[in-house]
Amino acid sequence: MDIIIEGIKQAFILLFTFDPEVLGITLLSLEVSGTATLISLLIGISVGTTVALTRFPGRQLVVSLINTGMGLPPVVVGLFVTIFLWRNGPLGELEILYTPTAIVIAQAIIATPIVTGITLAAIQHLPKNLRLQILALGATRIQMVWILVKEAKLPLLAAVMAGFGSVISEVGASIMVGGNIKGYSRVLTTATVMETGKGNFDIAIALGVILLVISFMINAVLTQIQQRERPR
Amino acid sequence: MKRFKNIRLIAWLSAVLVLVFFAVPATAVQPKQRNLILATTTSTQDTGLLDVLIPIFEKKTGFFVKTIAVGSGQAMAMGQKGEADVLLVHSQEAEKKFIAEGNGINRRLVMHNDFIIVGPPGDPAKIRGTKKAAEAFKKIAAANAIFMSRGDNSGTHAKEKAIWKTAGINPEGQKWYQQTGLGMGQTLSVSAEKKTYTLADRGTYLALKKNLGLDTLVEGDAVLLNIYHVIEVNPAKWPKVNAAGAKAFADFMVSKQTQKIIKTFGVDKYGSPLFFPDAGKKEELLGK
Repeated sequence: MDIIIEGIKQAFILLFTFDPEVLGITLLSLEVSGTATLISLLIGISVGTTVALTRFPGRQLVVSLINTGMGLPPVVVGLFVTIFLWRNGPLGELEILYTPTAIVIAQAIIATPIVTGITLAAIQHLPKNLRLQILALGATRIQMVWILVKEAKLPLLAAVMAGFGSVISEVGASIMVGGNIKGYSRVLTTATVMETGKGNFDIAIALGVILLVISFMINAVLTQIQQRERPR
Repeated sequence: MKRFKNIRLIAWLSAVLVLVFFAVPATAVQPKQRNLILATTTSTQDTGLLDVLIPIFEKKTGFFVKTIAVGSGQAMAMGQKGEADVLLVHSQEAEKKFIAEGNGINRRLVMHNDFIIVGPPGDPAKIRGTKKAAEAFKKIAAANAIFMSRGDNSGTHAKEKAIWKTAGINPEGQKWYQQTGLGMGQTLSVSAEKKTYTLADRGTYLALKKNLGLDTLVEGDAVLLNIYHVIEVNPAKWPKVNAAGAKAFADFMVSKQTQKIIKTFGVDKYGSPLFFPDAGKKEELLGK
């Protein structure tokens, strides 16, 4: 029990003294996972909306694939991204293995199916006649899609939270493709793993607490936005 | 109004795009061949030695070291594929094979410490004070006392397998033989929690001792010597390797200044050094 209290105490000391290393790790975590979430939103919302609004052969299969992708194991993603980014691998010329960019790529791959799946479900859940009504009122296709996306705002914000939550807490892929390099590609989760390995449980707990606090703050803000509208 | 909304959509999308494109390369662009990938064992990172040495090296030479701390086995696998530039490893037989197959050049002795057999203070297999490591392993097997293996092809795991071989025991599949597949620090933690025996390098053990509650039971056998070498990955085989950086790092590890740091590293914190510098010495004469 002592070690947990010690860890929480340590967390606040590290947080409020602005320990430069912990601050750097925290900011990098936010930057990397934030960027990955943005990319996943961009791809996920477009693909999700497209699949939700169109009918084409093999659609069932595509939807199944997206839903499977929502549970994509991060280590498997990490493994494939590593192999692709190896110096002598297909994308070796880019020289981005063991960089924060590599982590962004892996995390975007993890988050995209989650965002896509939730978007798909959200758009499909809208009343069928809404589409016809919007078109009947003279809206162009793009305007129609935009209105539908806005209508599905609540579940889409849930998609943002689910996507961000999955990547900020992810460790397997980050350590494989980022390498946990001090002051460069070390994020909160990989640092926690390393400090645990070193036996510095108090610092590991402190990093864990910081991660939780950040996740809570971001989700609190998003929830605030989501719940601002009164329930219909 | 509708047109206004469209503009807002486009503005929002382009803002995201701009963000994405600026956020990504800003952290990514590195001058070519400044990056040096060092694949090493977990013990050099978990003891904190590299945290001391790497910044000095970077400041001195301008290279940017990407330390990938894995087991010696995985480190050499990376070298074998040309995915690392320089290795700092401790797995004698595998290293010799690595060099013989032309994967690495200039294997140089850096330092040593030793392996120890640790276990619960109660010592159910009564191995405390046993002179020979193989004898101790035989006693553990005979007593069916649980032995926690790294099981990850690391240098420590290789050493452990060699000792089992000397003892004439095949532990694979035995009920008392468990494998963690984790690094040294974590394996020690598991071992402490489950009150089992394990083979550890002294450096990592000393660094973690305060939380463990495991005793050093067997030490001092010549086979327990733990020797670290630095190896440059063969640039003739892998042209993309940062050969200049690898050589600079290897030279740095055996330089007088570095060897002096290694000699005193950990003394203030643990009361005894974690590693003994050996640059330029003959491997056969170590521990004599």
